Amino acid sequence: MRFFFLTFTLIFSSLSNAFEIEERAYFGSETTKSKLKIISTADIKYFSPMINSFLESNPNHGIDYTVASSTDVMNAMYGSQTSYDLIISSAMDLQVKLANDGFATTYKPNININMPSWSIWNNMIFGFTQEPAAIVISKKAFNIDDFPKTRQELISILRENPARFKGKMGTYDLRQSGLGYLFATQDARATETYWRLTEVMGQLETNLYCCSSDMIDDVVSGNIDIAYNVLGSYANNHPLRKKYNVVYPADMTTVMSRSMILPVNSGNERSAKLFIDHVLQTVYGANAKNELYNSDLNSFEETSLNRIGLGPGLMVFLDQFKKQKFLKEWERAILQAD
Amino acid sequence: MRFLLIEDNISLAAVVENRLSLDGHVIDHAKDIATADEYTATTEYDLILLDIMLPDGDGRDFLASRGSKNLKTPIIVLTARSEISDKVSILDLGADDYMTKPIDFSELEARCRAVLRRKGGSAQTNFSHGNVSFDPVSALLKVGTENVTLRTRELRLLELLISSPGQIFSKSKLVDRLFSYDQSVTENAIEVYIGRLRRHLVDADLSITTIRGLGYKLEKSELL
Amino acid sequence: MKKPIIKGSIRRRLSVLLTIVAGIIAIFLFFLIQSVARQIAQSSQDNILLASAISIVDSSRFNKGEFSIDLPYSSLSMLDTVTDERVFYSIKLENKFLSGYKLLPQADVFKSNNTAYLSSHFLDQDVRIVTVKRLFSINNQPVTLEVSVAQTLNGLRKTLANTSRVSLIVGVTFFLIAAILSFMLARSAVNPLARLTRSISKRGPKDLRPVVAAVPAEMVPLVSSLNTLMYRLEKSLTRSEDFITEAAHRVRTPLTVVRAQAEITLRQIDKPRNRKNLKEIIRAIDESSRAAGQLLDHAMVTFRADNLALETVNICQLINDTVDRLRPLADLRDISLEVELLHPASVLGDPILLQNALYNIIDNAIKYSPIDSKIVTTVSSVDEKIQISVNDTGPGFNSDEPSKLIERFHRGKNVEGIIGSGLGLTIVHEVVEAHKGHLEIKNLVGEGACVSFFLPSH
Repeated sequence: MRFFFLTFTLIFSSLSNAFEIEERAYFGSETTKSKLKIISTADIKYFSPMINSFLESNPNHGIDYTVASSTDVMNAMYGSQTSYDLIISSAMDLQVKLANDGFATTYKPNININMPSWSIWNNMIFGFTQEPAAIVISKKAFNIDDFPKTRQELISILRENPARFKGKMGTYDLRQSGLGYLFATQDARATETYWRLTEVMGQLETNLYCCSSDMIDDVVSGNIDIAYNVLGSYANNHPLRKKYNVVYPADMTTVMSRSMILPVNSGNERSAKLFIDHVLQTVYGANAKNELYNSDLNSFEETSLNRIGLGPGLMVFLDQFKKQKFLKEWERAILQAD
Repeated sequence: MRFLLIEDNISLAAVVENRLSLDGHVIDHAKDIATADEYTATTEYDLILLDIMLPDGDGRDFLASRGSKNLKTPIIVLTARSEISDKVSILDLGADDYMTKPIDFSELEARCRAVLRRKGGSAQTNFSHGNVSFDPVSALLKVGTENVTLRTRELRLLELLISSPGQIFSKSKLVDRLFSYDQSVTENAIEVYIGRLRRHLVDADLSITTIRGLGYKLEKSELL
Repeated sequence: MKKPIIKGSIRRRLSVLLTIVAGIIAIFLFFLIQSVARQIAQSSQDNILLASAISIVDSSRFNKGEFSIDLPYSSLSMLDTVTDERVFYSIKLENKFLSGYKLLPQADVFKSNNTAYLSSHFLDQDVRIVTVKRLFSINNQPVTLEVSVAQTLNGLRKTLANTSRVSLIVGVTFFLIAAILSFMLARSAVNPLARLTRSISKRGPKDLRPVVAAVPAEMVPLVSSLNTLMYRLEKSLTRSEDFITEAAHRVRTPLTVVRAQAEITLRQIDKPRNRKNLKEIIRAIDESSRAAGQLLDHAMVTFRADNLALETVNICQLINDTVDRLRPLADLRDISLEVELLHPASVLGDPILLQNALYNIIDNAIKYSPIDSKIVTTVSSVDEKIQISVNDTGPGFNSDEPSKLIERFHRGKNVEGIIGSGLGLTIVHEVVEAHKGHLEIKNLVGEGACVSFFLPSH
């Protein structure tokens, strides 16, 4: 029996049945019987190469790709209106919750590769990227090498130049972005500088965004000079990359892994499994290449990376009490409100 | 021949004595080893007949002590057991020959002869007259310069006749003496043997005379 | 000799029983280890769950009457460290659900330290649940906080599978070792029997001495019975031997007297008819004494052949000795005995029996050969056997009879008038067979018979 009427208390402001579709596209054969419905948080332009490469190896498939925010992706599952064949999300905590609550099918990927231990959880969640949280710093705002390389340096610069950076900072709105909340809570867990930085950013009337792409666009356009906790992969792949520096904080870089789940109510498990195999093969296989899989990180010392671990620990910050408390603190810090 | 018979059974000893004396032998009878020792100490015998079962010690002891007594007389053992019952052969114990009871006396005679022949025999049995000399033990008949080897029956016939020269032996008696009881032999067989002997004695100073209706006898020719 | 009937085997029985016991112990060990391992694994899991629940309980606060709880990150992550597990929790205050999974079952059998454990089912998974209670006093009111933490059983199962494997290996190894040991033990337990057998088998055929070697207590009755049996057997054998000797003596001595007396009488009577009668008497005496002799011989041969004493026998010497002994007899009939020793030979056997057999054959030949004939004894070697043949020029055997002649008391058709008892060839046959040889009887071309016996060469 499925407990579709499970009541777990995650405090989300909008628990509406409908969710907002940000983008949608159809790839591949229209007439085929093997259609795959994917719901994902990854922008089409970042993920289409992967889709296309799949269709090359597996023709006669059709892929219905929907992009939504991580919250909406969750709603789609719990709302159970449409059944999807694959869930791709960067919100690792939400993915864990989905899997833990019994929405994921166990699957042992049919590939001949040793996947890194952090990339799989319970044979239910399959991480296929390693995307760091970066600081994007406009080149215009700084001299060549003068930009901060650690959080501490950032705090110092901000404190010393409040006028210069007032209103010129940007970061995630934790209330809107699952990924943002994830990055923030992981930061807070790992370093004590996070809250200080947040305080400082709050004093400087930091702008809040729903998504990384918006933040990057604003850095490029000059609206803001520094964006904190931006998705490094997006930052690296933006066409106007040259206009800014992407900094991985040297004191500690948080690394997120985007992951796939095969939902229990999938209508086309077979194709979904093929897709999962294909993605993992592409990313971890012999000729691994993927824009989203940031191979820069392979050169980093593992100890300076804070890899977010897939596991029930991530559910802690989803606990209503915990989340309430954290958001309250954050609001107080970033909005300078009581 | 002179025999010493060592036998404890009186009736058996008596009948053996009687039978052997029919052939002209002399027999002394000792009923136990002690007596036998006395006799052998004082008399020289041609042959000893020893019953292996004796009251005062097994006959084997007597055989064994032969060497120490320096007794050279040949010993023929009389035994009621066949050799299969023996753990050690009687011959290995020191006897020169043995016979199983009941005794066939013609066989006994033949064995005595054989034993004596082996041991060299006694001079007493030699006979000579004129150009004839006859040694029954070695079965040699010498007529003049010729040596004649006699076959067994001829030998025994001649021995018989010579043992009592002049005595008439009937054919039937001769058959008794020369043939065993299981042979059905006619008296004419005797004539054959007599004839053979006569041929050997053609030039001899001995002759065999036929007494019609009665038998044969040996006659010595007058010597010149 | 009839082979004893085999029923079961002590060694096999012992091995089987010990192996079964070992098997039972091995199975018991397996389950024991499994059970202990399961308990240990369960209690490890319970301890971690308890630590998690307590860390959650410890993070609860009442602030101005308001309840707050700040889950430590480790409270849930600690449950996922070794194997990936799905984790569920629920927080209830005064039975009112606050946070977590509302439908998570509670454990309600509380021990003294306010903890309870329950194995149950949640979201289609087997889970282990711990529930921790804590009492608070708020505004003088007792308030109960119940925190339950649950975890799926992947890790537990993996541990149990490992220990299953280990306990299976332990069980099987133990069983194999025990089985091998039990076979060795069974064999060694039966050793005293084997030793006794060896020592008895090594004995010669006539060795009836009691067994004096030390034996285990359980074998004492067996050895005592064996010794008693051998003692009685020895006595019986001695009695038989003594009987035969005595019989021989008692029969033969009077016969000797009678025969001698008859011979004496024969010399003294003249009438042909009386003589004929007396000769018949003598012949009858001879026949009966020969019969008695052969009966006695036959008995002794059978006895002796059953317990054949073995020594190396020089065949040529044996033949010479036998022929020498028979010469006087042959001379009586003017029969010459010749020996052709074509081959030096020796066999393994009883010299007295062999000589007796040969004596019988040649004696037979002498009896049936005509006067003035020749009997030739030859020795030769055929394959790995020694062949001893006695050829005569007698009437030969009736051709359809040869095998029957060996039968007891059977006499051939052409033996009228000749004294015999019919046991002669039987005795020879028995001796030859006892020496693992065989007898051949045939008639020669022309006239005469040939009796051959074959013995394995040594």
